[in-house]
Amino acid sequence: MNNRFSWFNATSIALGFAFLYIPILILVIFSFNESKLVTVWGGFSTKWYSALLENEAFLDAAWVTLRVAVVTATVATVLGTMAALVLVRAGRFKGRTLFTGMVYAPLVMPEVITGLSLLLLFIAIGMDRGIVTIMLAHITFAMCFATVVISSRLVSFDRSLEEAAEDLGASKLDAFMSVTLPIIAPAIVAAWLLTFTLSLDDLVIASFASGPGATTLPMKIYSSVRLGVTPEINALSTILISVVALGVILASLAGKRAEISRSET
Amino acid sequence: MKPSRLVIAIPYLWLAVLFLAPFFIVLKMSLSDLAVSIPPYTPQLDLSGGWQAVKEYWAALDFENYTWLADDPLYLNAFKSSFVIAAISTLITLSVAYPIAYALACSPQRWRALLVMLVILPFWTSFLIRVYAWIGILKTEGLLNQFLLSVGVIAEPLTILNTNTAVYIGIVYSYLPFMILPIYAALEKMDWSLIEAAEDLGSSRLSAFWLVTFPLSLPGVIAGCFLVFIPAMGEFVIPDLLGGSGTLMIGKTLWVEFFSNRDWPVASAVAVVLLVLLIVPIVLFQRQQQKLSEAGQ
Repeated sequence: MNNRFSWFNATSIALGFAFLYIPILILVIFSFNESKLVTVWGGFSTKWYSALLENEAFLDAAWVTLRVAVVTATVATVLGTMAALVLVRAGRFKGRTLFTGMVYAPLVMPEVITGLSLLLLFIAIGMDRGIVTIMLAHITFAMCFATVVISSRLVSFDRSLEEAAEDLGASKLDAFMSVTLPIIAPAIVAAWLLTFTLSLDDLVIASFASGPGATTLPMKIYSSVRLGVTPEINALSTILISVVALGVILASLAGKRAEISRSET
Repeated sequence: MKPSRLVIAIPYLWLAVLFLAPFFIVLKMSLSDLAVSIPPYTPQLDLSGGWQAVKEYWAALDFENYTWLADDPLYLNAFKSSFVIAAISTLITLSVAYPIAYALACSPQRWRALLVMLVILPFWTSFLIRVYAWIGILKTEGLLNQFLLSVGVIAEPLTILNTNTAVYIGIVYSYLPFMILPIYAALEKMDWSLIEAAEDLGSSRLSAFWLVTFPLSLPGVIAGCFLVFIPAMGEFVIPDLLGGSGTLMIGKTLWVEFFSNRDWPVASAVAVVLLVLLIVPIVLFQRQQQKLSEAGQ
């Protein structure tokens, strides 16, 4: 099959990756620009990074965003694991179609609709908007992504392993904790990371769900971009991109190592 | 092990309260009227008024906002142009993504995991930041114009930012991984000996592609098109940051109605109409996903 990899294929991949990565690369390069203009090179400087560290508003927003993302990822992964178990194993039960619909619909729902509807809910039940409402909103859409990731792993899981554990005297919960959970653990880690970045990135839903007290980093970036493009935003973007890239690379290395050690034993 | 009732009930209730119930609130809001009050709509249900109050409340709900949407060409045009922009960008994304997905599926096994990770990586980095990156490139004094001017392809800088072209570029760029991955997943599972069989039987490479490869990748193509078209239809960030005043998209209209005009009832009516328009593709997408996950079992 390797002989199918032609020059045409190599060119497609090269052009595709150039298209995907050049804009990000340019953004990173210009974060080190001495000049205030983001399109004219004025020499190397890290002054925008130090300016960023002194910007209280950005630091506050970063702290809010981090707290929201950690809580969202954790709760959404737990709920997503439950929902995946229901989808893959519950068989037919009353309301299954509705449940499946509710899991898949948020994946493709335009964010403006999700955001607006959640905001109206929070107002209807008289909930003060702030960091808690952002978390609730993020958990709701993120848990559906977690469900999809975890259920794809659960589908290929050999259920007789769990039955064997139960036959050998393990309780249902024990069997789940000591057999199923370790096997689906890579999917759970992937789901946590995915929901974490989804929460970190979200602008639209957070804008609807938040109140005057809570501003997330994307909301802050959005309002500064509207005022004009600045190298400070480039510096902030570079930091965010490096953190995420590092996380993804570490996670995939960890996944690879786990796979190798499993195939060796 | 079948999940217990509790395991079913918790995610079920969560989604019912925070996903399903809010839609009924939006629906109700779309039937209300704008008012100068806090919150800014009328009627408001006052249960202390008893049965009479409930009856009055029902009587005050009407379809006025929908007739308003139908009469004002602004909304109609916004829906139409959202549809056109989403459809065209889906087609462009497909034509850009297919060769890349195909090349990934043909690539040597030992590179494949790395190449797939490189496709996914940009998707993990912030959507907002990736859209922002294009502003510096597409501006009149931006890098693309600087480059084209210095090469001598153009004599005058092109105006790309704040036009629909910039919106197309933004959508294709942002949603490209969503199209590549499902097509790649479909092609990767394909049995390549089928192509060899077709070629052995005298079919040319191109006709083998059209008659065998493409039909087999169709589930991936369809999934990818849904994953791009549906969110693109309601997109807000891209038309807002890259589009111009002439770029009408419904997601942006809804945002402006809500945040700038503070007209919650009209914003809700826009949301309801958008949802109704998207229900057909969303249900089709969900059916397809369900079929795939059942086939996986």
